[in-house]
Amino acid sequence: MKQVKILGPGCKRCAATVEMVQTEADRLGVPVSIEKVTDYAAIAGYGIASTPGIVVDGKVVHAGGLPRPDDLARWLAA
Amino acid sequence: MSLGSITERAPGAGPSTAKWIGWTVAALTIWGVVYSQLVPFSQWVVAQTPVDPKSHLGEAISFFAYDTPKVLMLLTLVVFGMGVVRSFFSPEKTRALLAGRREGVGNVLAASLGIVTPFCSCSAVPLFIGFVSAGVPLGVTFSFLIAAPMVNEVALGLLFGLVGWKVALTYLAFGLAIAIISGWIIGRLHLEHWLEEWVRNLRSDAVELPQEELSVVDRIKAGIDAVKEIVGKVWPWIIAGIAAGAFIHGYVPSELLASIMGRDVWWSVPAAVLLGIPMYSNAAGIIPVVEALITKGAALGTVLAFMMSVIALSLPEIIILRKVLTVRLIAVFVGVVGTGILAVGFIFNALFS
Repeated sequence: MKQVKILGPGCKRCAATVEMVQTEADRLGVPVSIEKVTDYAAIAGYGIASTPGIVVDGKVVHAGGLPRPDDLARWLAA
Repeated sequence: MSLGSITERAPGAGPSTAKWIGWTVAALTIWGVVYSQLVPFSQWVVAQTPVDPKSHLGEAISFFAYDTPKVLMLLTLVVFGMGVVRSFFSPEKTRALLAGRREGVGNVLAASLGIVTPFCSCSAVPLFIGFVSAGVPLGVTFSFLIAAPMVNEVALGLLFGLVGWKVALTYLAFGLAIAIISGWIIGRLHLEHWLEEWVRNLRSDAVELPQEELSVVDRIKAGIDAVKEIVGKVWPWIIAGIAAGAFIHGYVPSELLASIMGRDVWWSVPAAVLLGIPMYSNAAGIIPVVEALITKGAALGTVLAFMMSVIALSLPEIIILRKVLTVRLIAVFVGVVGTGILAVGFIFNALFS
Protein backbone atom coordinates (compact mmCIF):
# COMPACT_ATOMS: atom_id res chain seq x y z
CA MET A 1 0.00 0.00 0.00
CA LYS A 2 1.41 3.36 -1.06
CA GLN A 3 0.88 6.19 1.39
CA VAL A 4 0.26 9.33 -0.64
CA LYS A 5 -0.21 12.75 0.92
CA ILE A 6 -1.46 15.74 -1.07
CA LEU A 7 -0.32 19.00 0.50
CA GLY A 8 -2.49 22.02 -0.21
CA PRO A 9 -4.83 24.45 1.52
CA GLY A 10 -7.81 23.26 -0.52
CA CYS A 11 -7.36 25.01 -3.83
CA LYS A 12 -8.86 23.75 -7.06
CA ARG A 13 -5.58 22.28 -8.23
CA CYS A 14 -5.17 20.35 -4.99
CA ALA A 15 -8.48 18.60 -5.56
CA ALA A 16 -7.49 17.93 -9.17
CA THR A 17 -4.20 16.43 -7.98
CA VAL A 18 -6.00 14.05 -5.63
CA GLU A 19 -8.09 12.84 -8.55
CA MET A 20 -5.08 12.44 -10.82
CA VAL A 21 -3.29 10.31 -8.22
CA GLN A 22 -6.36 8.13 -7.70
CA THR A 23 -6.91 7.70 -11.44
CA GLU A 24 -3.29 6.85 -12.11
CA ALA A 25 -3.16 4.40 -9.19
CA ASP A 26 -6.32 2.67 -10.42
CA ARG A 27 -4.91 2.45 -13.92
CA LEU A 28 -1.69 0.88 -12.66
CA GLY A 29 -3.49 -1.31 -10.14
CA VAL A 30 -1.38 0.10 -7.29
CA PRO A 31 -3.23 0.20 -3.98
CA VAL A 32 -2.95 3.67 -2.44
CA SER A 33 -4.22 5.51 0.57
CA ILE A 34 -4.55 9.21 -0.15
CA GLU A 35 -4.54 11.76 2.62
CA LYS A 36 -5.11 15.48 2.17
CA VAL A 37 -2.96 17.75 4.32
CA THR A 38 -4.55 21.18 4.51
CA ASP A 39 -3.01 22.65 7.65
CA TYR A 40 -0.54 25.42 6.74
CA ALA A 41 1.92 24.54 9.49
CA ALA A 42 1.86 20.87 8.53
CA ILE A 43 2.37 21.76 4.85
CA ALA A 44 5.32 23.99 5.75
CA GLY A 45 6.77 21.13 7.79
CA TYR A 46 7.40 19.28 4.52
CA GLY A 47 9.65 22.10 3.38
CA ILE A 48 7.83 23.06 0.19
CA ALA A 49 7.01 26.61 -0.91
CA SER A 50 4.30 25.99 -3.48
CA THR A 51 1.19 23.86 -3.59
CA PRO A 52 -0.10 21.32 -4.39
CA GLY A 53 2.69 19.13 -3.07
CA ILE A 54 2.84 15.36 -3.32
CA VAL A 55 4.43 13.08 -0.73
CA VAL A 56 4.80 9.38 -1.54
CA ASP A 57 5.75 7.11 1.34
CA GLY A 58 7.13 10.01 3.34
CA LYS A 59 9.19 11.50 0.50
CA VAL A 60 8.31 14.81 -1.16
CA VAL A 61 8.29 14.18 -4.91
CA HIS A 62 6.54 17.24 -6.28
CA ALA A 63 5.60 20.81 -5.44
CA GLY A 64 3.65 23.45 -7.35
CA GLY A 65 1.20 22.93 -10.17
CA LEU A 66 -0.36 19.76 -11.48
CA PRO A 67 1.92 16.74 -11.82
CA ARG A 68 2.45 15.09 -15.18
CA PRO A 69 0.73 11.70 -15.49
CA ASP A 70 3.92 9.88 -16.51
CA ASP A 71 5.72 11.30 -13.47
CA LEU A 72 2.87 10.11 -11.28
CA ALA A 73 3.15 6.64 -12.74
CA ARG A 74 6.88 6.68 -12.00
CA TRP A 75 6.39 7.76 -8.37
CA LEU A 76 3.63 5.23 -7.75
CA ALA A 77 5.56 2.40 -9.37
CA ALA A 78 8.86 3.08 -7.63
CA MET B 1 11.55 3.46 -12.02
CA SER B 2 11.66 2.07 -15.53
CA LEU B 3 14.36 3.04 -17.96
CA GLY B 4 11.79 3.66 -20.69
CA SER B 5 10.31 6.63 -18.92
CA ILE B 6 13.70 8.31 -18.79
CA THR B 7 14.71 7.85 -22.41
CA GLU B 8 11.27 8.95 -23.52
CA ARG B 9 11.84 12.31 -21.98
CA ALA B 10 15.40 12.92 -23.07
CA PRO B 11 15.45 16.58 -24.14
CA GLY B 12 15.36 17.39 -27.82
CA ALA B 13 14.95 13.84 -29.03
CA GLY B 14 12.63 12.23 -31.54
CA PRO B 15 10.48 13.35 -34.42
CA SER B 16 7.69 14.53 -32.11
CA THR B 17 9.92 17.31 -30.77
CA ALA B 18 10.45 18.59 -34.32
CA LYS B 19 6.72 18.39 -34.92
CA TRP B 20 5.95 20.40 -31.77
CA ILE B 21 8.47 23.08 -32.68
CA GLY B 22 7.12 23.19 -36.22
CA TRP B 23 3.57 23.68 -35.01
CA THR B 24 4.66 26.38 -32.58
CA VAL B 25 6.44 28.31 -35.32
CA ALA B 26 3.42 27.93 -37.61
CA ALA B 27 1.07 29.16 -34.90
CA LEU B 28 3.29 32.18 -34.22
CA THR B 29 3.36 33.03 -37.93
CA ILE B 30 -0.42 32.85 -38.21
CA TRP B 31 -0.60 35.03 -35.11
CA GLY B 32 1.53 37.68 -36.80
CA VAL B 33 -0.52 37.67 -40.01
CA VAL B 34 -3.86 37.94 -38.19
CA TYR B 35 -2.55 40.63 -35.86
CA SER B 36 -1.44 42.84 -38.74
CA GLN B 37 -4.99 42.75 -40.19
CA LEU B 38 -6.79 44.01 -37.10
CA VAL B 39 -7.20 47.66 -38.11
CA PRO B 40 -8.91 46.89 -41.45
CA PHE B 41 -10.98 44.29 -39.61
CA SER B 42 -12.32 46.81 -37.08
CA GLN B 43 -13.07 49.34 -39.82
CA TRP B 44 -14.92 46.64 -41.68
CA VAL B 45 -16.98 45.82 -38.57
CA VAL B 46 -18.07 49.43 -38.12
CA ALA B 47 -18.84 49.67 -41.84
CA GLN B 48 -21.23 46.73 -41.45
CA THR B 49 -23.31 48.69 -38.94
CA PRO B 50 -25.58 51.57 -39.93
CA VAL B 51 -23.75 53.74 -37.39
CA ASP B 52 -21.80 56.83 -38.43
CA PRO B 53 -18.11 56.04 -37.69
CA LYS B 54 -17.61 59.61 -36.45
CA SER B 55 -20.44 59.42 -33.92
CA HIS B 56 -20.04 58.53 -30.23
CA LEU B 57 -21.47 55.08 -30.79
CA GLY B 58 -19.32 54.56 -33.89
CA GLU B 59 -16.17 55.40 -31.96
CA ALA B 60 -17.17 53.10 -29.13
CA ILE B 61 -17.88 50.21 -31.49
CA SER B 62 -14.65 50.68 -33.42
CA PHE B 63 -12.65 50.80 -30.17
CA PHE B 64 -14.33 47.61 -28.99
CA ALA B 65 -13.95 45.75 -32.30
CA TYR B 66 -10.28 46.66 -32.56
CA ASP B 67 -9.22 46.30 -28.95
CA THR B 68 -10.93 43.04 -28.06
CA PRO B 69 -9.06 40.82 -30.54
CA LYS B 70 -5.90 42.90 -30.14
CA VAL B 71 -5.79 42.56 -26.37
CA LEU B 72 -6.74 38.89 -26.40
CA MET B 73 -4.08 38.09 -29.01
CA LEU B 74 -1.35 40.05 -27.24
CA LEU B 75 -2.26 38.46 -23.96
CA THR B 76 -2.16 34.97 -25.46
CA LEU B 77 1.29 35.60 -26.90
CA VAL B 78 2.72 37.11 -23.73
CA VAL B 79 1.23 34.47 -21.45
CA PHE B 80 2.54 31.71 -23.70
CA GLY B 81 6.02 33.22 -23.67
CA MET B 82 6.02 33.67 -19.92
CA GLY B 83 4.65 30.15 -19.44
CA VAL B 84 7.71 28.84 -21.26
CA VAL B 85 10.08 31.12 -19.32
CA ARG B 86 8.49 30.17 -16.00
CA SER B 87 9.01 26.49 -16.64
CA PHE B 88 12.67 27.25 -15.87
CA PHE B 89 11.80 28.58 -12.40
CA SER B 90 9.95 27.37 -9.33
CA PRO B 91 9.24 28.85 -5.90
CA GLU B 92 11.55 26.23 -4.39
CA LYS B 93 14.47 27.21 -6.63
CA THR B 94 13.80 30.88 -5.94
CA ARG B 95 13.77 30.20 -2.22
CA ALA B 96 17.10 28.41 -2.44
CA LEU B 97 18.52 31.49 -4.18
CA LEU B 98 17.13 33.81 -1.52
CA ALA B 99 17.69 31.89 1.71
CA GLY B 100 20.10 33.65 4.01
CA ARG B 101 20.59 36.57 1.60
CA ARG B 102 21.51 39.89 3.10
CA GLU B 103 19.00 42.66 2.78
CA GLY B 104 19.65 44.99 -0.11
CA VAL B 105 20.95 42.47 -2.61
CA GLY B 106 18.31 40.07 -1.36
CA ASN B 107 15.52 42.57 -1.98
CA VAL B 108 16.68 43.28 -5.53
CA LEU B 109 17.00 39.57 -6.31
CA ALA B 110 13.63 38.76 -4.72
CA ALA B 111 11.78 41.45 -6.65
CA SER B 112 13.37 40.38 -9.94
CA LEU B 113 12.63 36.70 -9.32
CA GLY B 114 9.07 37.72 -8.45
CA ILE B 115 8.53 38.50 -12.14
CA VAL B 116 9.55 35.10 -13.49
CA THR B 117 8.67 32.69 -10.69
CA PRO B 118 5.34 30.94 -11.18
CA PHE B 119 3.06 32.25 -8.48
CA CYS B 120 -0.63 32.08 -7.80
CA SER B 121 -2.27 34.09 -5.07
CA CYS B 122 -3.93 30.91 -3.75
CA SER B 123 -0.46 29.70 -2.84
CA ALA B 124 0.63 32.99 -1.24
CA VAL B 125 0.40 31.63 2.30
CA PRO B 126 2.31 28.37 1.77
CA LEU B 127 4.90 30.41 -0.11
CA PHE B 128 5.19 33.00 2.62
CA ILE B 129 5.62 30.38 5.34
CA GLY B 130 7.87 28.27 3.15
CA PHE B 131 10.15 31.26 2.57
CA VAL B 132 10.23 32.65 6.10
CA SER B 133 10.56 29.32 7.89
CA ALA B 134 13.46 28.30 5.67
CA GLY B 135 15.52 31.39 6.45
CA VAL B 136 14.55 33.96 3.78
CA PRO B 137 14.52 37.30 5.64
CA LEU B 138 11.08 38.85 6.17
CA GLY B 139 11.81 41.98 4.13
CA VAL B 140 13.18 39.92 1.24
CA THR B 141 10.06 37.74 1.31
CA PHE B 142 7.95 40.88 1.11
CA SER B 143 9.90 42.16 -1.88
CA PHE B 144 8.99 38.94 -3.64
CA LEU B 145 5.35 39.06 -2.58
CA ILE B 146 4.94 42.66 -3.73
CA ALA B 147 6.64 42.21 -7.09
CA ALA B 148 5.01 38.90 -8.03
CA PRO B 149 1.46 40.17 -8.53
CA MET B 150 2.33 43.77 -9.50
CA VAL B 151 4.98 43.31 -12.15
CA ASN B 152 3.46 40.44 -14.04
CA GLU B 153 3.46 39.45 -17.68
CA VAL B 154 -0.19 40.33 -18.15
CA ALA B 155 0.31 43.90 -16.94
CA LEU B 156 3.52 44.43 -18.88
CA GLY B 157 2.30 42.78 -22.08
CA LEU B 158 -0.91 44.77 -22.16
CA LEU B 159 0.73 48.06 -21.28
CA PHE B 160 3.28 47.45 -24.01
CA GLY B 161 0.60 46.67 -26.57
CA LEU B 162 -1.96 49.29 -25.65
CA VAL B 163 -0.09 52.23 -24.19
CA GLY B 164 3.43 51.85 -25.56
CA TRP B 165 6.86 50.55 -24.60
CA LYS B 166 7.95 53.67 -22.73
CA VAL B 167 5.14 53.39 -20.25
CA ALA B 168 5.57 49.61 -19.97
CA LEU B 169 9.28 49.97 -19.19
CA THR B 170 8.68 52.76 -16.70
CA TYR B 171 6.01 50.68 -15.04
CA LEU B 172 8.46 47.77 -14.82
CA ALA B 173 11.16 49.97 -13.32
CA PHE B 174 8.89 51.67 -10.79
CA GLY B 175 7.08 48.45 -9.90
CA LEU B 176 10.42 46.82 -9.12
CA ALA B 177 11.54 49.89 -7.20
CA ILE B 178 8.44 49.80 -4.99
CA ALA B 179 8.90 46.09 -4.29
CA ILE B 180 12.60 46.51 -3.49
CA ILE B 181 12.28 49.60 -1.32
CA SER B 182 9.11 48.51 0.51
CA GLY B 183 10.66 45.14 1.30
CA TRP B 184 13.86 46.80 2.43
CA ILE B 185 11.99 49.17 4.74
CA ILE B 186 9.90 46.35 6.22
CA GLY B 187 13.14 44.42 6.78
CA ARG B 188 14.81 47.40 8.48
CA LEU B 189 11.87 47.80 10.83
CA HIS B 190 12.54 44.28 12.22
CA LEU B 191 8.91 43.29 12.51
CA GLU B 192 9.43 39.54 12.82
CA HIS B 193 7.63 39.65 16.18
CA TRP B 194 4.52 40.91 14.36
CA LEU B 195 4.11 37.66 12.50
CA GLU B 196 1.44 35.35 13.86
CA GLU B 197 2.99 33.35 16.67
CA TRP B 198 2.71 29.93 15.07
CA VAL B 199 4.54 31.22 11.99
CA ARG B 200 7.31 32.71 14.11
CA ASN B 201 7.92 29.40 15.84
CA LEU B 202 8.00 27.40 12.66
CA ARG B 203 11.35 26.18 11.45
CA SER B 204 11.55 23.91 8.50
CA ASP B 205 14.24 22.56 6.29
CA ALA B 206 13.84 23.33 2.64
CA VAL B 207 13.14 20.09 0.88
CA GLU B 208 15.43 18.85 -1.86
CA LEU B 209 13.07 18.13 -4.71
CA PRO B 210 14.04 15.50 -7.25
CA GLN B 211 15.01 17.27 -10.46
CA GLU B 212 12.15 17.14 -12.91
CA GLU B 213 13.84 17.17 -16.30
CA LEU B 214 11.74 19.10 -18.77
CA SER B 215 12.09 18.69 -22.51
CA VAL B 216 11.42 21.37 -25.12
CA VAL B 217 8.01 19.81 -25.70
CA ASP B 218 7.25 19.98 -21.97
CA ARG B 219 8.09 23.67 -21.96
CA ILE B 220 5.91 24.39 -25.00
CA LYS B 221 3.14 22.49 -23.23
CA ALA B 222 3.73 24.59 -20.13
CA GLY B 223 3.19 27.69 -22.27
CA ILE B 224 -0.02 26.27 -23.72
CA ASP B 225 -1.25 25.31 -20.25
CA ALA B 226 -0.57 28.84 -19.04
CA VAL B 227 -2.62 30.24 -21.93
CA LYS B 228 -5.50 27.87 -21.20
CA GLU B 229 -5.46 28.72 -17.55
CA ILE B 230 -4.80 32.46 -17.54
CA VAL B 231 -6.50 33.55 -20.74
CA GLY B 232 -9.31 31.13 -19.96
CA LYS B 233 -9.79 32.84 -16.62
CA VAL B 234 -9.33 36.52 -17.46
CA TRP B 235 -11.11 36.90 -20.81
CA PRO B 236 -14.44 37.98 -19.26
CA TRP B 237 -12.53 40.64 -17.31
CA ILE B 238 -10.92 41.83 -20.50
CA ILE B 239 -14.21 42.09 -22.36
CA ALA B 240 -15.71 43.98 -19.42
CA GLY B 241 -12.63 46.22 -19.24
CA ILE B 242 -12.73 46.96 -22.95
CA ALA B 243 -16.45 47.63 -22.83
CA ALA B 244 -15.82 50.12 -20.02
CA GLY B 245 -12.95 51.58 -22.06
CA ALA B 246 -15.15 51.80 -25.15
CA PHE B 247 -17.77 53.66 -23.17
CA ILE B 248 -15.15 56.11 -21.88
CA HIS B 249 -13.82 56.54 -25.44
CA GLY B 250 -17.19 57.25 -26.94
CA TYR B 251 -19.05 59.11 -24.25
CA VAL B 252 -16.96 60.58 -21.45
CA PRO B 253 -15.96 64.14 -22.34
CA SER B 254 -12.22 64.81 -22.17
CA GLU B 255 -12.61 68.00 -20.17
CA LEU B 256 -14.39 66.10 -17.40
CA LEU B 257 -11.57 63.58 -17.00
CA ALA B 258 -8.87 66.19 -17.27
CA SER B 259 -10.52 68.16 -14.50
CA ILE B 260 -10.74 65.12 -12.18
CA MET B 261 -7.69 63.10 -13.14
CA GLY B 262 -5.50 65.74 -14.78
CA ARG B 263 -1.98 66.65 -13.79
CA ASP B 264 -2.97 69.83 -12.06
CA VAL B 265 -5.25 68.08 -9.62
CA TRP B 266 -2.89 67.13 -6.80
CA TRP B 267 -5.39 65.12 -4.77
CA SER B 268 -6.23 62.82 -7.67
CA VAL B 269 -3.20 60.58 -6.97
CA PRO B 270 -4.05 59.77 -3.33
CA ALA B 271 -7.71 59.45 -4.31
CA ALA B 272 -6.78 56.95 -7.04
CA VAL B 273 -4.71 54.87 -4.57
CA LEU B 274 -7.48 54.79 -1.98
CA LEU B 275 -10.07 53.95 -4.59
CA GLY B 276 -7.91 51.11 -5.89
CA ILE B 277 -7.49 49.18 -2.62
CA PRO B 278 -11.01 47.77 -2.25
CA MET B 279 -11.29 47.23 -6.01
CA TYR B 280 -10.24 43.84 -7.13
CA SER B 281 -9.48 43.26 -10.72
CA ASN B 282 -6.50 41.94 -12.49
CA ALA B 283 -4.25 43.71 -14.91
CA ALA B 284 -6.26 42.31 -17.80
CA GLY B 285 -9.44 44.08 -16.82
CA ILE B 286 -7.92 47.33 -15.72
CA ILE B 287 -5.51 48.11 -18.58
CA PRO B 288 -8.08 48.72 -21.33
CA VAL B 289 -9.66 51.22 -18.94
CA VAL B 290 -6.21 52.70 -18.30
CA GLU B 291 -5.66 53.19 -22.00
CA ALA B 292 -9.01 54.87 -22.49
CA LEU B 293 -8.42 57.16 -19.50
CA ILE B 294 -5.01 58.22 -20.80
CA THR B 295 -6.23 59.02 -24.30
CA LYS B 296 -8.98 61.10 -22.71
CA GLY B 297 -6.52 63.35 -20.92
CA ALA B 298 -6.15 61.71 -17.54
CA ALA B 299 -2.63 62.10 -16.15
CA LEU B 300 -0.43 59.05 -16.60
CA GLY B 301 0.83 59.01 -13.01
CA THR B 302 -2.66 59.14 -11.60
CA VAL B 303 -3.85 56.33 -13.83
CA LEU B 304 -0.82 54.14 -13.08
CA ALA B 305 -1.15 54.75 -9.34
CA PHE B 306 -4.73 53.60 -9.64
CA MET B 307 -3.70 50.51 -11.57
CA MET B 308 -0.89 49.58 -9.17
CA SER B 309 -3.19 50.04 -6.22
CA VAL B 310 -5.85 47.81 -7.74
CA ILE B 311 -3.35 45.07 -8.55
CA ALA B 312 -0.83 45.20 -5.69
CA LEU B 313 -3.05 46.11 -2.76
CA SER B 314 -6.02 43.86 -3.14
CA LEU B 315 -8.40 43.13 -0.33
CA PRO B 316 -8.68 39.38 -1.05
CA GLU B 317 -4.90 38.98 -0.86
CA ILE B 318 -4.79 40.94 2.38
CA ILE B 319 -7.46 38.68 3.84
CA ILE B 320 -5.46 35.60 2.82
CA LEU B 321 -2.27 37.02 4.33
CA ARG B 322 -4.09 37.79 7.58
CA LYS B 323 -3.63 34.08 8.38
CA VAL B 324 0.10 34.63 8.82
CA LEU B 325 0.45 38.36 9.53
CA THR B 326 -0.90 40.30 12.47
CA VAL B 327 -3.14 43.27 11.72
CA ARG B 328 -0.29 45.62 12.68
CA LEU B 329 2.05 44.05 10.15
CA ILE B 330 -0.61 44.20 7.46
CA ALA B 331 -1.11 47.89 8.23
CA VAL B 332 2.62 48.49 7.81
CA PHE B 333 2.60 46.53 4.54
CA VAL B 334 -0.33 48.51 3.11
CA GLY B 335 1.13 51.78 4.42
CA VAL B 336 4.58 51.26 2.94
CA VAL B 337 3.40 49.96 -0.43
CA GLY B 338 0.67 52.61 -0.63
CA THR B 339 3.21 55.35 0.01
CA GLY B 340 5.42 53.90 -2.71
CA ILE B 341 2.58 53.92 -5.21
CA LEU B 342 1.73 57.47 -4.22
CA ALA B 343 5.31 58.51 -4.89
CA VAL B 344 5.26 56.80 -8.28
CA GLY B 345 2.07 58.63 -9.20
CA PHE B 346 3.53 62.01 -8.36
CA ILE B 347 6.88 61.27 -10.04
CA PHE B 348 5.17 60.06 -13.22
CA ASN B 349 2.99 63.14 -13.38
CA ALA B 350 6.05 65.32 -13.00
CA LEU B 351 8.07 63.39 -15.62
CA PHE B 352 5.55 62.85 -18.41
CA SER B 353 3.94 66.12 -19.16
